[in-house]
Amino acid sequence: MARTLINIPPTAKRGEIIEIRATIGHPMETGFRPGDDGKILPRNIIQRFSCRYNGELIFSAEMFSAMSANPYIAFYTTAQNTGTLALTWEGDGGFAQTENVTLTVTG
Amino acid sequence: MLNFRCLSVGLIGLLGLLALAANAQTTTRQDMRKSGFEFMGPSTQAMQKDDTLNPGMLTIKDGEALWQKPAGQSHKACVTCHGPAARSMKGVAARYPSFDDVLKRPIGLSQRINQCRVQRQQATPLRAESADLLALESYVALQSRGLPMSPPNDPRLLPFRQAGEQRFMQRMGQLDLSCAQCHDANAGNKLGSSVIPQAHPMGYPVYRLEWQAMGSLQRRLRNCMNGIRAEPFAYGAPELIELELYLTARAKGMPGETPGVRP
Amino acid sequence: MQQTSSQTIEAKTRRAVLASGVGLGAWVVLGTSAFAASDDLAAAISSYAGGAAVREGKVKFEIAELVDNGNVVPITVTVDSPMTADNYVRAIAVFNEKNPQRDVVKFTLGARAGKASVTTRIRLATTQKLVAVAQLSDGSFWSHTVDVIVTLVACIEGEA
Repeated sequence: MARTLINIPPTAKRGEIIEIRATIGHPMETGFRPGDDGKILPRNIIQRFSCRYNGELIFSAEMFSAMSANPYIAFYTTAQNTGTLALTWEGDGGFAQTENVTLTVTG
Repeated sequence: MLNFRCLSVGLIGLLGLLALAANAQTTTRQDMRKSGFEFMGPSTQAMQKDDTLNPGMLTIKDGEALWQKPAGQSHKACVTCHGPAARSMKGVAARYPSFDDVLKRPIGLSQRINQCRVQRQQATPLRAESADLLALESYVALQSRGLPMSPPNDPRLLPFRQAGEQRFMQRMGQLDLSCAQCHDANAGNKLGSSVIPQAHPMGYPVYRLEWQAMGSLQRRLRNCMNGIRAEPFAYGAPELIELELYLTARAKGMPGETPGVRP
Repeated sequence: MQQTSSQTIEAKTRRAVLASGVGLGAWVVLGTSAFAASDDLAAAISSYAGGAAVREGKVKFEIAELVDNGNVVPITVTVDSPMTADNYVRAIAVFNEKNPQRDVVKFTLGARAGKASVTTRIRLATTQKLVAVAQLSDGSFWSHTVDVIVTLVACIEGEA
């Protein structure tokens, strides 16, 4: 389980546009870099990030080796109902992790 | 071409400068020290200032979890003896390196953490620069964020601090450079395309963009030694602790920044 | 006295870099492949747009002109769009000119995004062009191209 940092506002008004900031600890080994023995280290990156809001896909990203290690993505969505934001990261080596955060919507 | 007007303007200018100089001597000498933070671009500064942007916070969160985790034969966690770190560790990192009564020499914060693990938790020491040790060190150092660097007044530290100062001034490596030549004499100037900072140790362990990871002050010093083509001192070597001791004294009073972000 | 020291340091560093052959080698490689790289970039964008026309405009690519370190470069791409159910941004992609691979990241948005703006951190191998391409709900493609200066760290430091 990689460490994640997820930041959303503590509450939001219905219809308000909110920012979601998500970081995950991951080396994002490019697959272009030689190791100490001179041989290219195999690629190990997160290839896909997706965010579901009460089950509905609201945002996704296809990521390549040019993304920095410990990838950070910030994006927006419109607050509708109180519910769960499920953030999923998937990548090389069968890497798959989902973090759930609750978005509280008033009004 | 020199003429009367030129000469008179020059003379007035000179008199003005002399007046200013005289004034300056009577006012307090300005603290010319600047954190490495000030030598970075705005987007890197933003990364450090905002905890929701700071990649070092991943390590901090790991440290927070480790603080609560029982370790070794003792089955005690840091929190068992120390309670919440925000209270018990406040200001602690700002006083390191400090003198160890048993070893009779200065030790750094990560060494103290390992001492606690071995002696009080009956656990194995954590490897230097390992993720867990960096996490604990960062979490403890976070509790001194914003607090002034406060090297202890302990007279027993003096010979070690002086050894560190000597080493800072001493030329090393195939490039035959001393720390002072870059970081005292040429701070603010450029080395290649990089601006040379003053080399103050605030913010360590630091998230360094070059590493894309968290690292200790010792890792950074070893990098520098590689850069001047000197054989780097081993992790935990007394020479590195002495340098740390000098650097923290040189930065006395400057506020802690851990987790710092640096290029 | 100070001037002499800094000149000495720069001269010594130049000698060290040239002696190691690294700096020189990189220069030669980039020089010969400059045109090929730009062609690749155009091809990657064209492929993403499915051959449709890609016009400059509506997209704002924010990035520092001179980055502190090419390993972690913050970027923000914003698209001018009302983000209504009928008129929104479907996707935003970022391409580069001189990394080993043209693709950087491809985002998928939608009307629910509310604001067509994404921020992330990317790796840049060297000074180059970057292009952000946005696809709107009406099927049109828009882009913004930026030039970024990336320098290598002055000291070759190893992995101590």
